[in-house]
Amino acid sequence: MLEVRDLRISFRTEHGRVRAIDGVSFDVAESEILGVVGESGSGKTISLLAVMGLINDPNAVIEGSIKLRGRELIGLKASEMRKLRGREIAMIFQDPMTAMTPVYTIGWQIAEQIMVHERIGKKAALARAIDLLAEVNIPNPREAIERYPHQLSGGMRQRAVIAMALSCNPALLIADEPTTALDVTVQAQILDLIRKLRRVHKSAIVFITHDMGVIAETADRVMVMYSGRVVERGTKAEILLEPRHPYTKALLDSIPPLEGEKPRRLKSIPGSPPSLLDLPKGCSFGPRCPSRFDKCAEKPPLEGGAHAAACFLKAAP
Amino acid sequence: MLLALIRRFGQMIFVMFGISVLVFLIFFVTPGADPAARIAGRNASPETLEAVRKSFGFDQPVWVQYYTLMKKLFVTQDLTSFVNRGWKVVPAVIDTIPVTLSLVIGAAVLWVIFGLLVGLIAAATRGSWIDKSLMALGLIGCAMPVYWLGEVMNLITQSRYHDSWMFSWVPPLGYKPLTEDPKGWFLTLVIPWITLSILYIGLYGRVLRANLIEAMQEDYIRTARAKGLSETRIMLRHALRTSLISFVTLFGLDFGALVGGAALLTEVVFGLQGVGKLTYDALQNLDLPVIMTTVIYASFFVVLANALVDVVYILLDPRVRSA
Repeated sequence: MLEVRDLRISFRTEHGRVRAIDGVSFDVAESEILGVVGESGSGKTISLLAVMGLINDPNAVIEGSIKLRGRELIGLKASEMRKLRGREIAMIFQDPMTAMTPVYTIGWQIAEQIMVHERIGKKAALARAIDLLAEVNIPNPREAIERYPHQLSGGMRQRAVIAMALSCNPALLIADEPTTALDVTVQAQILDLIRKLRRVHKSAIVFITHDMGVIAETADRVMVMYSGRVVERGTKAEILLEPRHPYTKALLDSIPPLEGEKPRRLKSIPGSPPSLLDLPKGCSFGPRCPSRFDKCAEKPPLEGGAHAAACFLKAAP
Repeated sequence: MLLALIRRFGQMIFVMFGISVLVFLIFFVTPGADPAARIAGRNASPETLEAVRKSFGFDQPVWVQYYTLMKKLFVTQDLTSFVNRGWKVVPAVIDTIPVTLSLVIGAAVLWVIFGLLVGLIAAATRGSWIDKSLMALGLIGCAMPVYWLGEVMNLITQSRYHDSWMFSWVPPLGYKPLTEDPKGWFLTLVIPWITLSILYIGLYGRVLRANLIEAMQEDYIRTARAKGLSETRIMLRHALRTSLISFVTLFGLDFGALVGGAALLTEVVFGLQGVGKLTYDALQNLDLPVIMTTVIYASFFVVLANALVDVVYILLDPRVRSA
């Protein structure tokens, strides 16, 4: 349902053009959960903001193609894009503490979204807000709609944000690290909720995270990003059990094992992600890669069909 | 919420009491000066001095003096001026209040409406020539002294161009009570309103623009965009509502101060007998009872305006309600 082809995003800056996203392509099928993993600055959030049409920077240049159910989104008129946002595509952001306007009640904010997209009265919209809050397991939804964001806990606020995102039954839900700012126990509840919502609403979900554990809990397919490129993609089992790209392997190695002997020190990836201003030639992970060899001076293409990795190693003998 | 309101007004009463005590101490109990001599004015006769002593009870304990003064101010309202013999001060101040209120409220309506417009338009067109020219005009407005602007206005509307089609409607300077002559009231005040409000339009427009632009960076604005709201709605419903707090704070302070006499320059330039003008005249003759009364009146107004601002906070921001 969502087809992203060769998406390139760059920003005009004082130091010349900075390429944040370099030829990213991916698909999301109906009611599928796609996990997008990567370190901070790998471009995972910005590529999905582009899908939402929410890159407002006048210096941003967006090229390529983003199709939602066959409809091209790049170059779409602002007013058309606005009609899609919140109705066809919804987004949940990382920090529930600041995601809602502090001066309006939860119910008002959910009803506002419904009323913007549908011909519906205020009463009916509020009634729907109550149903939605019940659906995301907020206790006493009738009272909760009268609450202001600061009166709810972080977990409850994130539920309210999810309820708002779901209010118009979007075909695609983009969740940008929705559990990162929450306690671990609350995290598990929110992940449960997201899986349940996928079953009930049949929405496709793009789940952005840097946490491989969260990916293991939720995703059907996984896309690993590094410095603005997709370095590996495949099903969850393929990525978690048979990672091909050294970066994916390194990410998985940095999770402490649950069973067996614990390593004395957790493995980390040496170095830090390259600056977008000064990307290395060839493979951008090259300078940090333990298996680097001569060929890595060239840019590796993303190859291999369903389970693809942008690395020459798999091809090498 | 009701509790917060009651508490706020309780505080207000307490502060007003404190002010009255402070004013009393400053005027009556300052060491090294005879309060009776100061109240009686320059070159007062011994009989007047004696009369003052008696009427303010300077031979009695301090708290009785305070009580006597408060009674004269608020209950019997028979505080008399000795400089202008026998002139009842409290009614005189009360008479000037409608003039000042008419001037300040009218100007406040103008500056709130245009301040909002300037701030919103500038923030919405940020970086464009519209924004830049509005901000430049705002700065010019802030920079023009009100007495100079008032004189220029008078020069144009009362003398140079008074006979042209543009300003022939402007009546001569002075004040016409609203109850007697609503049309005259309005016409005499239009030019003073504009003069007084220009400074504040510039100031409020600039402050609001800065607050709006800051609010537009917030996470909840991104959420509002993700909801598919229009930019106008985001600006008016989400950014403006949270930006109004400092606007209201400024308004409370400025409004209170202006009603309390800070509109003096405008009143003098346009010949309006308001509280500011009254205080000014009293200062010239060292008419202590009048000065004292206007000081108390002015500080009460500032306190009241601030209490009202806090009430508006409670309405604007739910986070303040529970605190």
